[in-house]
Amino acid sequence: MELLRFATAGSVDDGKSTLIGRLLYDTKSIFEDQLESIERTSRDRGDEQTNLALLTDGLRAEREQGITIDVAYRYFATPKRKFIIADTPGHIQYTRNMVTGASTANLALILVDARNGLVEQSRRHAFIASLLRVPHLVLCVNKMDLVDYDEEVFNRIKNEFRQFATKLDIGDLSFIPVSALHGDNIVHRSENMPWYDGSSLLHHLEEVHIASDRNLIDARFPVQYVIRPQAQTNHDLHDYRGYAGMVAGGVFKPGDDVVVLPSGLQTTIAAIDTAKGPVDEAFAPMSVTIRLADDIDVSRGDMLCRPHNQPKVTQDVDAMLCWLSEDKLSVRGMYALKHTTRNVRAQVRELDYRIDVNTLHRDETADQLSLNEIGRVRLRTTQPLFLDEYRRNRTTGSFLLIDEATGATVAAGMIL
Amino acid sequence: MSSHTYELTHLESLESESIHIIREVAAEFERPVLLFSGGKDSVIMLHLAAKAFFPARIPFPVMHVDTGHNFPEVLEFRDRTVEQLGVRLVVASVEDAIAKGRVRERPDGIRNPLQTVPLLDAINDNQFDAVFGGARRDEEKARAKERVFSFRDEFGQWDPKNQRPELWSLYNGRHHKGEHIRVFPLSNWTELDVWQYLAQENIELPSIYFAHQREVFRRDNMWYAISQWTQPREGEEVVTLTVRYRTVGDVPVTGAVESTAASYDEVIAETAATRITERGATRGDDRLTEAAMEDRKREGYF
Repeated sequence: MELLRFATAGSVDDGKSTLIGRLLYDTKSIFEDQLESIERTSRDRGDEQTNLALLTDGLRAEREQGITIDVAYRYFATPKRKFIIADTPGHIQYTRNMVTGASTANLALILVDARNGLVEQSRRHAFIASLLRVPHLVLCVNKMDLVDYDEEVFNRIKNEFRQFATKLDIGDLSFIPVSALHGDNIVHRSENMPWYDGSSLLHHLEEVHIASDRNLIDARFPVQYVIRPQAQTNHDLHDYRGYAGMVAGGVFKPGDDVVVLPSGLQTTIAAIDTAKGPVDEAFAPMSVTIRLADDIDVSRGDMLCRPHNQPKVTQDVDAMLCWLSEDKLSVRGMYALKHTTRNVRAQVRELDYRIDVNTLHRDETADQLSLNEIGRVRLRTTQPLFLDEYRRNRTTGSFLLIDEATGATVAAGMIL
Repeated sequence: MSSHTYELTHLESLESESIHIIREVAAEFERPVLLFSGGKDSVIMLHLAAKAFFPARIPFPVMHVDTGHNFPEVLEFRDRTVEQLGVRLVVASVEDAIAKGRVRERPDGIRNPLQTVPLLDAINDNQFDAVFGGARRDEEKARAKERVFSFRDEFGQWDPKNQRPELWSLYNGRHHKGEHIRVFPLSNWTELDVWQYLAQENIELPSIYFAHQREVFRRDNMWYAISQWTQPREGEEVVTLTVRYRTVGDVPVTGAVESTAASYDEVIAETAATRITERGATRGDDRLTEAAMEDRKREGYF
């Protein structure tokens, strides 16, 4: 069974938690004791209906304020697929969580309230989903019950969004009119909207094709850990030296010629080991251990790739940054940079521009980035990195900036 | 996996993600430790750790936070497993902590909440900087909000409103001396995934996870075992039932469920059909308040 990860985003009160609650409820993924617990809480709070949002808003502060503060992960399965939902808050000061949820998502689900249409947050979320290259995007127009299931309202929002989306790079875009509260078009097609001839949300999630979204062309293996058994008792293992890691792209096979970066030394793959025994091939995102034919110096942070298909080796990095910290980005500031299994330091040399996420206007006079702001920067690193464009590979094209004093993750970077 | 389409099953994806996390910790931390209680989640975690470093040994010790109220089958299993894998076992004892006056026995005798102090003491004494826990996000709503790499301050506290964003498969383990990171490699596994994987890998578990006869009594809608710490009160009738455990914890607060599931396949069928969460069905202590888990986690609990 395949695993699909999707992120949900919406503005405050778009009914996102209700929608997730509905998906869980209608796929029978909610347990009786959980339901009893939220029914009791709903009653205590005087809610008219059982508040499905309470299923995901698990923190005390969230319940008190009635808003979602942090990404919550939820799990459900149908006979066709297993799903991991990253439920990301729409509240403006917590937008950084959308970036977190979107970074691993196969699909992003953006909710808008049919009564309000597109708002600043919807545009922002669509932009973030496209920036993070979530391959599939679904716009759910929610609360259709409150606009009398009017096709006109749906079409107006759909057209407005399409127009906005032409400025973005979105691979696959779908629109679904729903009422999360009443379950219209969530699991089953709604009888209240006979004018809609697309699939229900769940059907779409089950059928959307995700297998081709990975990069199976550019072979990349960041060395994560060197396995050297210190086995006095087992002499067979005395000379064992394996390079453990997760394949970040392409396919590796025993006998393949490989080059080790940064040394540039070439050798061949002797074997690909797993605890269950050797395998004939390894592809993303398998965790394996590669043994090489020659005894050469390889350590954590190095990368194996094919001699005729190598990433860019450079200390100059052009990237889009999503700023995640209350402390502003400072030009000339030094940060720790984490890229695949490589840790280096980086200085911000230039801020080329800051993007207004509502108009997509580029402000080239900007000299800083604040929390939730996005801009294009040029970095200089203390050691070379082995880079692919983020659009080609989400693993070898992404990095974090970390504040060296506090240890906080301050930015998510996507290489251009 | 099918080599023609380069697809992984959901269990292969989850396994690979967990192994990646475990290796990342071994590479970036100086003194990791893996919490091992003999419960099914910690058994899987230990199994994944063995896989991650194969054919070398697991390069860190394991730790059991021992409430002193153990199922004997589980203790025996713990010791045997640790010996087979050749890893060092550290025991942090609630009983010792009570004897030393570090914590006080509660009037209700429940010791799960008392584990926090000996856990944090052992982390400090051994200078552990990364602590693997087997918690899953599907278990409980506060856990659903927690990161894979979860920062703990010098008091072991979790601050749910100030968590580091966690993106892609890049994990930020930065911390100062005295602080540590809790690491949850099974974050994305569900109870059903766990059982399916145990079956697929044919992993041994303590026998109490499978159906057996036991003398139990009914209290607060749960079946509790008769033991040296738990006796029926007046009016609580003792019956012999065929039961099994869905979770393994402090004996006085861990309930059994009526079940005839004696094999993995039977447990999987039962788990797929169940309508009650495992903590709801078996953990008396989680029912204390709506936010019981969040409150305990803030203080440094698992």
